[in-house]
Amino acid sequence: MSGPRESEEHSGVPTGIMGRLRSGWIDLTQVQVLVAAFGCAVVIGGVVMLLTGANPFEAYWALLRGAIGGPDRIAASLARATPFIGASLALAFAFKAGLFNIGAEGQLLIGALFGGWAGTWAWMEDLPGIIAIPVVIGMGALGGAIYGGFPGFLKARTGAHEVIVTIMLNTIALRLIEWLVLSRDPVILLDPTASVPHSRPIAEGARLPALPFAGDSSLHWGLVLGVLLCALMWLVMDRTTTGFEVSTVGLNPSAATYAGMSVGKVWIIAMAGSGAFAGIAGAAQVSGVEGYIQPGVFRNIGFDSIAIALLARANPWAIIPAAFLWGALLSGAPVMQLEADLSIDLVRIVQALILLFVAADLIVRRLFRIRGERDESAALASGWGG
Amino acid sequence: MPDTPPADDPIPVLEVVGVTKTFPGVIANEDVNLTLQRGEIHCLLGENGAGKSTLMNVVFGLYQPTAGEVLVNGEPQRFTSSRDAIAAGIGMVHQHFQLIPVLTVAENVILGDEVSRGPQLDLDTARTRIRELSAAYGLQVDPDALVGDLSVGAQQRVELIKALYRDAEVLILDEPTAVLTPGEVDEFFGVVRSLVDDGKSIIFITHKLREVLAVADRITVLRRGKVVGSADPSSATTAELAELMVGRAVTFEVPKAPADPGKDVLVVDALGVTDDRDVVTVADCTFTVRAGEIYGIAGVEGNGQRELVEAVAGMREVVEGRITIEGIDITGFGPRRVERLGVGHVPEDRSKHGVVGAFSITDNLVLNSYNTSRFSRGWFLQREPMRTQAAELVEAYDVRTPGPEVAVSTLSGGNQQKVVVARELSKPLQLLIVAQPTRGLDVGSIEFIHSQIVAKRDEGAAVLLVSAELDEILALADTIGVLYRGTVVATMPRAESSRERLGVLMAGGDDPGPPPPGTETHTEELV
Repeated sequence: MSGPRESEEHSGVPTGIMGRLRSGWIDLTQVQVLVAAFGCAVVIGGVVMLLTGANPFEAYWALLRGAIGGPDRIAASLARATPFIGASLALAFAFKAGLFNIGAEGQLLIGALFGGWAGTWAWMEDLPGIIAIPVVIGMGALGGAIYGGFPGFLKARTGAHEVIVTIMLNTIALRLIEWLVLSRDPVILLDPTASVPHSRPIAEGARLPALPFAGDSSLHWGLVLGVLLCALMWLVMDRTTTGFEVSTVGLNPSAATYAGMSVGKVWIIAMAGSGAFAGIAGAAQVSGVEGYIQPGVFRNIGFDSIAIALLARANPWAIIPAAFLWGALLSGAPVMQLEADLSIDLVRIVQALILLFVAADLIVRRLFRIRGERDESAALASGWGG
Repeated sequence: MPDTPPADDPIPVLEVVGVTKTFPGVIANEDVNLTLQRGEIHCLLGENGAGKSTLMNVVFGLYQPTAGEVLVNGEPQRFTSSRDAIAAGIGMVHQHFQLIPVLTVAENVILGDEVSRGPQLDLDTARTRIRELSAAYGLQVDPDALVGDLSVGAQQRVELIKALYRDAEVLILDEPTAVLTPGEVDEFFGVVRSLVDDGKSIIFITHKLREVLAVADRITVLRRGKVVGSADPSSATTAELAELMVGRAVTFEVPKAPADPGKDVLVVDALGVTDDRDVVTVADCTFTVRAGEIYGIAGVEGNGQRELVEAVAGMREVVEGRITIEGIDITGFGPRRVERLGVGHVPEDRSKHGVVGAFSITDNLVLNSYNTSRFSRGWFLQREPMRTQAAELVEAYDVRTPGPEVAVSTLSGGNQQKVVVARELSKPLQLLIVAQPTRGLDVGSIEFIHSQIVAKRDEGAAVLLVSAELDEILALADTIGVLYRGTVVATMPRAESSRERLGVLMAGGDDPGPPPPGTETHTEELV
């Protein structure tokens, strides 16, 4: 066998990004690609730093220490990664059904709104956590499911494309939550006593407790919840009839129709489930970190999660390390800024570069001569095609 | 090796010496030798999966051989990509065209080999070249036509021009006739001959025996990756070739006992169905299929066959009329409710409807039964029974695969179809709907699938067979209905049908009546 070239030239297998997301489970070469992509991004990011006159080694060292330099920093990175897990699962689950849910941002906000609102209910006041927390999280899931299921319903009923609808709904969610929380006339959810405007705090019992090794960070049980959600998605996709339907619709909707599945119904389920993942992430953030809704603090979690889900190739287990990577970079950035006197935005550039190299994985495969599973399947396809 | 050229032959234009190509777990080619002389048409014959395409991909530089070498004009070559092969004068026309429909012929031809004049693309030179080539070989290709507007036959000629434009001396044609109508095939053979007359050399890959005898100068037969023999087309017969190709004697007749029809199973009454564009394609269509008989629908393609089948299977809305199965009115039923009545459906478009390519064989085999009590408990799938079933069916239906967990897209067309047939025929059936069951398949698979359909009939199922191949209808059906413009215009027992009578009816003519008794209608071979 020789170099990677022989089957890159032609391939009988669909290689579009959606095709790969729907079918790809983890394999070693994929990990190699990720590592190589990360390396390339770091090198080019370093060049950018050089151009701005900074010392990249110093900067990366600061970034590394900021991200994982000691238990406190690791806890901070994990805290930062926590909401990304649920929101990325939202993207991944929709990908499996062949849908691109750009609306995780909005679903997360609505989940936070529902959860944060439920936490302020008077009867929640004296409830123990064992009941109050599930109510808040459950309401978050419900809010996200409604807000995600709606575009699914529109797609099934009218054919409206989910990308367009969910983008629009993101803005609506943001403005809605701003009005509900910030409005002073009438006061709806606003806490009038707060100096920085935010909603009334949720009941103490409804707060997700901090994890034992949290230290100074805001690391809370939402992380464990996130990991459980990954397990849930894996279970649904691998072991349930719903997962089978979602995969079938995602990979071949015509065959799904032939097999008697209702493609529209599966779209609605997938989008509602997707929204529920994001909604839980939002509610858990309210419950675990702030304790109230403050418009603006969730900015970009949903959008960053698109990148994370792509990095993880929609594999629920791969989302955990991918989200951690993302959280660690963001969490280390301020230290880099402080010590190396570099803009935080440089970390954003490195993140964008990682994504670029992962999305355009052929660059990396060619540079590092990594043979992918696509190559083998392409070879097999022609080998058996006669 | 029977392929050694006589001593007085010149150096062959292309020579394959001892080529072996292995993939993990599969030997696709083993010690293959092949010579191609200038100006000859060398047919490479073999079933799907015999390794023909792999061998040609080696010759074309897409794969590197595990052992052995490729010689062009006596010079050993070391191709690392198709670019090298093209530079050495080898051109390949793939079975699936590599054309971009929104570009013109000229733009497609120069793609990857663009000539520029300053910053601008120089299309004029290409246009002139294309016109010359087109005229020289009678290809009738307009360089300014949009490829998407061309017929399949014309698109194929564009592919030929692409190769000729790059000065190919050796042309590899991979199953070139699979996509052509009979008329286009004859035209295409004319083009091939004019190419050879001009000194080009051609490797013609096919599994259709009739074509081989019509066009080849020499024949090499591949089976399971090895050369199993060669033949001289002037003396070989289709039976001999088929035996070489399949490895045993092949019967072209489908062995079956006379039908013993029972009660009415499928009753289609004054059915009206529209197509995707809301055009009425099935209108006032009435027929009955009885238990234990094969009812064949003959007709020129596009006369409502697809819509009729989809309506019966519950995949398409019924606009008018009624469909009943075993007395149950299924009008308005979805595919699942129809399926649960004991209806099997082998769909016309295998890759679109029949299988999920990225799924394993195991998963494809439960595509419409994953939520039955056999394979699921409540919300959860039961993987173990799925695996057991897959192992059994792969064995029983002779699916050639490294294992049941392999993605179906990696199987050959014949084996994919066997997966579909296994899924649909392995359950208790009242009614079996089979549409174009053997399209694009090789002799062995056709034989196997036909025998399975007949076996289902003999078990008492009613079989609705729709096929564009009149030969297939004549070979299998007990009763034949002719579909013309969405209506069954005539129904007759097989014994009262003839190719000629059906031909007239399919074209919308008046029924000439049954052939006179005693004139045995000839069933032509199915290949």
